[in-house]
Amino acid sequence: MLTKRIIPCLDVKGGRVVKGVNFKDLRDEGDPVELARYYDREGADELVFLDITASAENRGIVIDMVEKTAASVFIPFTIGGGIRTISDMKAILNAGADKVSINSAAVKNPGLIAEGARVFGSQCIVVAIDCCRKNGNWEVYINGGRTVTGLDAIKWAQKVEELGAGEILLTSMDADGTKDGYDTELLAAVSTAVEIPVIASGGAGMPEHLREAIVEGQADAVLAASIFHEKTYSVSEVKEYLAGHGIPVRIE
Amino acid sequence: MIVVIDYGIGNLGSVVKAFKYLGVPVKLTASPDEIREADGIVLPGVGAFGHGVENLEKYNLKRVIRELIEEGKPFLGICLGMQLLFSGSEEAPGVRGLGIIKGIVQKFDPSNVGKIPHIGWNKVNIIKEDPLFYNLNTSPYLYFVHSFFARTSEGDNIIGETCYGKQRFVSVVRSNNAWEIQGHPEKSSRTGLKILQNFSEVVNRWK
Repeated sequence: MLTKRIIPCLDVKGGRVVKGVNFKDLRDEGDPVELARYYDREGADELVFLDITASAENRGIVIDMVEKTAASVFIPFTIGGGIRTISDMKAILNAGADKVSINSAAVKNPGLIAEGARVFGSQCIVVAIDCCRKNGNWEVYINGGRTVTGLDAIKWAQKVEELGAGEILLTSMDADGTKDGYDTELLAAVSTAVEIPVIASGGAGMPEHLREAIVEGQADAVLAASIFHEKTYSVSEVKEYLAGHGIPVRIE
Repeated sequence: MIVVIDYGIGNLGSVVKAFKYLGVPVKLTASPDEIREADGIVLPGVGAFGHGVENLEKYNLKRVIRELIEEGKPFLGICLGMQLLFSGSEEAPGVRGLGIIKGIVQKFDPSNVGKIPHIGWNKVNIIKEDPLFYNLNTSPYLYFVHSFFARTSEGDNIIGETCYGKQRFVSVVRSNNAWEIQGHPEKSSRTGLKILQNFSEVVNRWK
């Protein structure tokens, strides 16, 4: 049986891991390659690195991090942040990343999704969607949550699927950093609207929240940062909890 | 020396990196001469079947791969590299694969499996003891990413099977010294590294 993936997310700035709470208040959490190796040993199914500086000048640092990670960590990993062109994608994938995640650039230029899927395959293209609740719906934001787009999250999710995205990384900005749980209504609404896998993001504070995201939110994978970085729970503890509640997870 | 065949398709580097990490001598090449000299051959890759066959033909690799497999040189096909060894695929009607394994590659039916592609970690149920799975448990987890799966009439050659939803499919098949794996050992943490290590030991014993 296909298992549900548990994905630690590493926010990276200038080659170091930090974690934003509500996209603010950054704190240094360490070396990304070391953390990646640690999470691999702990049983993480996959990793996501988000380069929150997301600037072209930073590209060299990111490529260096990808190369180092790919040389010693043998689970799939995704790189997101500041990816705007096919050549950005190519540089990151060639350096050893398995997938790229695009967010603002996908909204500004949806053709990038289709072109990326055509050149590298859908399995390489993750579209990240950040959104906030508004009048019973969810509205898409870009530029690290600073710019509202007017797009409806569910319609945008269906559009990115149609364009060839392989997965959706769905972040509730309302829940992100609160540790009060994922927005399971948002997750369920998007999961049932598309056929591609949805990765839940934003709000994890305890293992129960990951269970809710999978059961109520129908998420295919769950991403979390602080609970793992702060060692509140280990990946293996979370997996044992989920397995105890009948959720298929990889435990070896 | 293990050679990873460079046929201009995505995701070849990870296998090379994994062998390097294990300290196994490895080279990425498209040269038929270098491939002939190798002690073991790996054909990885993700992407479309038609594109894979087209590129093997473009680099004149179909014949050399067939000859070396017939000679009994250890060979490992991964993901698309597995599917290319079959007779053909529904993904590219009329395009002929290498035909080492009798059978056809077909698309998952969403009513049987749910979401497509099949992405993530799933169990390989080992139904026949095999040196590639030496020192691993009988149902190890591998990381999968694919929308098509192989069917074969060569039941005796099936080493492992995997279930996705209601669909059971062949995830490891072996024909003499040619192994084909649908999952990605190079992305399957310690289990995957152990499989690659076991393959390199098969190569060492053969040469």
